[in-house]
Amino acid sequence: MSTVLLLAQDQPLPPTPKVEAPPLTAIWPILIVLGAACVGVLFEAFLPRHQRWPAQVVLTLLAVVGAGLQLAFYLTDAPAAGELAMFGTLAVDRPALFLWGTLLALSFGAVLLIADRSVEPGGAFVATAAIRPGTLQDRAQVTATGMQTEVFPLTLFALGGMMIFCSANDLLTMFIALEVLSLPLYLMCGLARRRRLLSQEAAVKYFLLGAFASAFFLYGLALLYGYAGSVRLSDIAAAAAGTDRSDTLLFAGMALLIVGLLFKASVGPFHTWTPDVYQGAPTPVTAFMAACTKVAAFGGILRVLQVAFEATSWEWRSVLWGVAIVSMIIGAVLGLTQTDVKRMIAYSSVAHAGFLLVGAIALTEKGLSATLFYLLTYGFTTLAAFGVISLVRDSSGEATHLSQWAGLAKRSPLVAGVFTFILLALAGIPLTSGFVGKFVVFEAALADGMAPLVVIALVASAVAAFFYLRVIVLMYFSEPAADGPTVTVPGAFTTAAITLSVVVTLLLGIAPAFALDWAAGGVFAIR
Amino acid sequence: MTPTYYLLLSALLFTIGAVGVLVRRNAIVVFMCIELMLNAVNLTLVTFARINGDLSGQVMAFFVMVVAAAEVVVGLAIIMSIFRTRRTASVDDSNLLKY
Repeated sequence: MSTVLLLAQDQPLPPTPKVEAPPLTAIWPILIVLGAACVGVLFEAFLPRHQRWPAQVVLTLLAVVGAGLQLAFYLTDAPAAGELAMFGTLAVDRPALFLWGTLLALSFGAVLLIADRSVEPGGAFVATAAIRPGTLQDRAQVTATGMQTEVFPLTLFALGGMMIFCSANDLLTMFIALEVLSLPLYLMCGLARRRRLLSQEAAVKYFLLGAFASAFFLYGLALLYGYAGSVRLSDIAAAAAGTDRSDTLLFAGMALLIVGLLFKASVGPFHTWTPDVYQGAPTPVTAFMAACTKVAAFGGILRVLQVAFEATSWEWRSVLWGVAIVSMIIGAVLGLTQTDVKRMIAYSSVAHAGFLLVGAIALTEKGLSATLFYLLTYGFTTLAAFGVISLVRDSSGEATHLSQWAGLAKRSPLVAGVFTFILLALAGIPLTSGFVGKFVVFEAALADGMAPLVVIALVASAVAAFFYLRVIVLMYFSEPAADGPTVTVPGAFTTAAITLSVVVTLLLGIAPAFALDWAAGGVFAIR
Repeated sequence: MTPTYYLLLSALLFTIGAVGVLVRRNAIVVFMCIELMLNAVNLTLVTFARINGDLSGQVMAFFVMVVAAAEVVVGLAIIMSIFRTRRTASVDDSNLLKY
């Protein structure tokens, strides 16, 4: 110790290393979204209550659109091989840019649904979350016009986390992004204006199970750190490619890490939270969560599998085969037994997660682009589905029980028609985006030698098509109940969100080539 | 003393936490078990930092602590809100959402 000190005294101090500011051009979209979220928090602190809603809506929509424009601007001269930002912790490559664009477009629609105040006077969110459900004050606030406008900054924080999550180039960044996207969602789940007990229960379940899953992710991270000496994805890949280090650490770490990721993507058998949370959360939040979380989670799964673990795919691929099969079967079979339309869509999302996983374990360029395209199509279809679900209401709020949907076509042919189209898209009928998405994913899986899996996936989608068609039959060929729900005429925001999603679903079904080209723009940057 | 013992200890703590999440009934205790799992991870990270001779594991432990603190804020708020309504924090009583 003393010699070191003496040496240090003898020699002149080494020159201070020059720290260069990281180039920010590539990550402006994330900075805009997170910056606007911080401004939104300040709005909550300083604006009077009646000004908050308009200010927050304008700020949130501007932030999402601004980030989208910035992304489009960056795309004009983005390097094709991708680049690293923030000292290598973020990889801004073509898949990441595609996912950012998808997330921004989806969250634009979701923010419109969240901001809507025409369907439910005052909005779908509780006026004061701190009031106990069931008390006199609580009954008074059902008709109050205000809402907890904190939802908007929370949405932006979650969106920022999702964008970081799907471009994270090391596991620590990925973990932080996972928490940044999850924590706001836990809170947003518990803020429904009506049926607050269900909403709070959904929040508790989502929180406890989500925290449990992120602990698994984190332990996986720690074991992989012990294995590779670094949490950078490319370092893990290099360590796994050819060393004599402990395989136990690698595979235990990888298994725990993947469990955490599969939970977020609600892939069965890690889907148990999905139906409860989708049903209990306010419908606009469910739309946001179902569309955007799925995109972000599969973005993360794709990156981890393709960048960090490609060399060891021989060992883990059969396990994920099994997981994909279980997920498709759980989603399709349990979806058959559901009587609540939100739960039915939740099980449908579990089945879709299985299809997405089929694409994700085809470790080819084609598998990557097909999965990215499927995420785009699935996100918009789900957004439209929950948008329509929020319109069918009775005196106690949304009428989500399937028996209440009987004969809906006689009450409102337009809404029934739109919902039919969405269900056909979820089932994967030609001329909808769902068909093209399934087609490209199964094609990529076949090309990568997974024919048995594709056969199972086809059977599962046939089973799932049955419960979508059951709802269509119920809407068109049953007599409406006398005291059945009414269809609310939506205001501009919800109309815009549903129209946008339906148009995208139709467009990607008829002319998918341009989006397929975007999705096939490039591969992950491995550095 | 070899660092391997610390790895075994942290694996044991993680398992105790995971089992606790599965068998305990009180939401607060379940949450404490999750915190135990996170702290077991911290011990693993620090031990691997020692084994690998690399400081980044120790820094990661700080990140985990910050995230755990943020999680406490959100989690206790949610558990509080459900406790004030139902006068119980038992996860078995939260059974309105099923099938």
